[in-house]
Amino acid sequence: MRPEADPGFAAAFAPPLLDPARDAPTAVTGRNGKPAGRRYDVYRNNVTVSLIDALAAIYPAVQRITGTDFFRAMARFHVRNSPPTSPLLFDYGRDFPDFVANYTHAQDMPWLADVARIERAWLDAYHAADALRLSSALLSAIAPELLDDLVFTPHPATRIVRSHYAAVTIFAANRDSAPVARIDASTPEDALITRAEFDVEVRHLPPGGAVFATSLMSGEPLGAAAMAAFDASADFDIAANIAGLIEAGAFISFAFGDPA
Amino acid sequence: MITATKPATVPLRFSLPIGGVAGTSFKPEHLPAILGTGPQAGFFEVHAENYMGAGGAPHRALEAIRRDHALSLHGVCMSIGGPQPLDKTHLARFRGLVARYQPALISEHLAWSTHETSFFNDLLPLPYTEATLASVCDHIDEVQEAIRRPLLLENPSTYVTFRQSTMSETDFIRAITARTGCGLLLDINNVFVSATNHGYSALDYLADFPLAHVGEIHLAGHAEQTDDDGNLLLIDSHDGPVADAVWKLFEIIIARRGPVPTLIEWDSKIPEWPILRAEAAAAQAILDRCQTAEETEDRRAA
Repeated sequence: MRPEADPGFAAAFAPPLLDPARDAPTAVTGRNGKPAGRRYDVYRNNVTVSLIDALAAIYPAVQRITGTDFFRAMARFHVRNSPPTSPLLFDYGRDFPDFVANYTHAQDMPWLADVARIERAWLDAYHAADALRLSSALLSAIAPELLDDLVFTPHPATRIVRSHYAAVTIFAANRDSAPVARIDASTPEDALITRAEFDVEVRHLPPGGAVFATSLMSGEPLGAAAMAAFDASADFDIAANIAGLIEAGAFISFAFGDPA
Repeated sequence: MITATKPATVPLRFSLPIGGVAGTSFKPEHLPAILGTGPQAGFFEVHAENYMGAGGAPHRALEAIRRDHALSLHGVCMSIGGPQPLDKTHLARFRGLVARYQPALISEHLAWSTHETSFFNDLLPLPYTEATLASVCDHIDEVQEAIRRPLLLENPSTYVTFRQSTMSETDFIRAITARTGCGLLLDINNVFVSATNHGYSALDYLADFPLAHVGEIHLAGHAEQTDDDGNLLLIDSHDGPVADAVWKLFEIIIARRGPVPTLIEWDSKIPEWPILRAEAAAAQAILDRCQTAEETEDRRAA
């Protein structure tokens, strides 16, 4: 007779891995039937440290800003509360920026969560599907009276992150090891993240640019997206914005939408 | 539309099996050095999960490597040893990589890493019983059905044992090969680590291991700690050179089994490419000595 699958061993082994208050499971032992003790701790350590390392790899600028000890303590809380639900670690930590925003000891760095959001978007862009960027020559061939009805397909890598703080400048200054000059964190900045070919690029969007790009990415026609951008910022420059988005590789194609 | 599961874009340029060659883990930071020195004689092994993104630089790097080298696809997260059903989405991604890159070797672990919805990112141990044997074999059948190829299953390194186990690890592994037809990836460092940790002889374990089914060997470095009683506890850390004792076991196994593809596994504190390549060259020298000895015997027999 076929033996029944036994879910018990994993159900007993798993919970203490991320909960240091729990004892090692009694189902496992060291030599000669002795309690597993530090031997089980090897697994706890592997799990916790490797997941903290995964967050550190996804959020290097956040770690540089906070310092390693601060970051690892913060990440340890998150790892224990929200372990990954996918075996793909580059998908891990999507709720980490929200965790950072609410983390008690990070309240004096209100821009930190937005820097994390840019880093998360950077990694999504890095792994996004390959696609050929839209050539600006194609767009310049369109008759001006037809432009308002154009709808655009975003490149799979394209992301927008909006911030009430200077998150783009802070991100850029902390992604490498060069010394960081004094930054006025209070200037709102919006990020455009693109990957036209293989290199991820993060740009600072001009006034109205985030509303414009977000509208286009959601399928709004060009005319309507420009109207929304003007509403958001009287300084909105449509020619500069559309040229900037196309130059960055934000889109892969356009089509004629239904006339409004 | 380009997706992760597009059909093979890299021609299969290597006859199977690849024979007694030494390879290394492929680390992206080594790519310029590898391409700069021209095609290597051996093969490269990658962790499948690192190439399960839709596109971008990782696939470009792997295509550049695959163009001139045989590839070993090493899965780390399938959770074959766990009691719950395999993650069908993950299995489909694994199958997609096999189709796209046509690896010469495909392997996974006798371990588990997911329980319910949590992924623990470690190779966790299982008890060896009739019940776990049945579920492991079901999972291997499912993987082999998906990839239409035999899988090489890797023996684990462990730090604890389960009270409920009713058979030895080697009996368990032998039964898996008999029931599923899978091959084995013999990780000699894991054997040495487990033997030290549990106080048995690595040579006895290897004498009982079904060597005829071994299609690949792993060699790696380990770290030293102690357990609660002060006993030496070896950690399978993959962060340094292969230990002398592991080299010795490798020589014994190659003399007994004959040459098989052999990987130098190095996953953290990764050295410069020439150091990793030199470790592979040391393994290749041992494989070549055995190949020469076999040819000499063949000539005498003729």
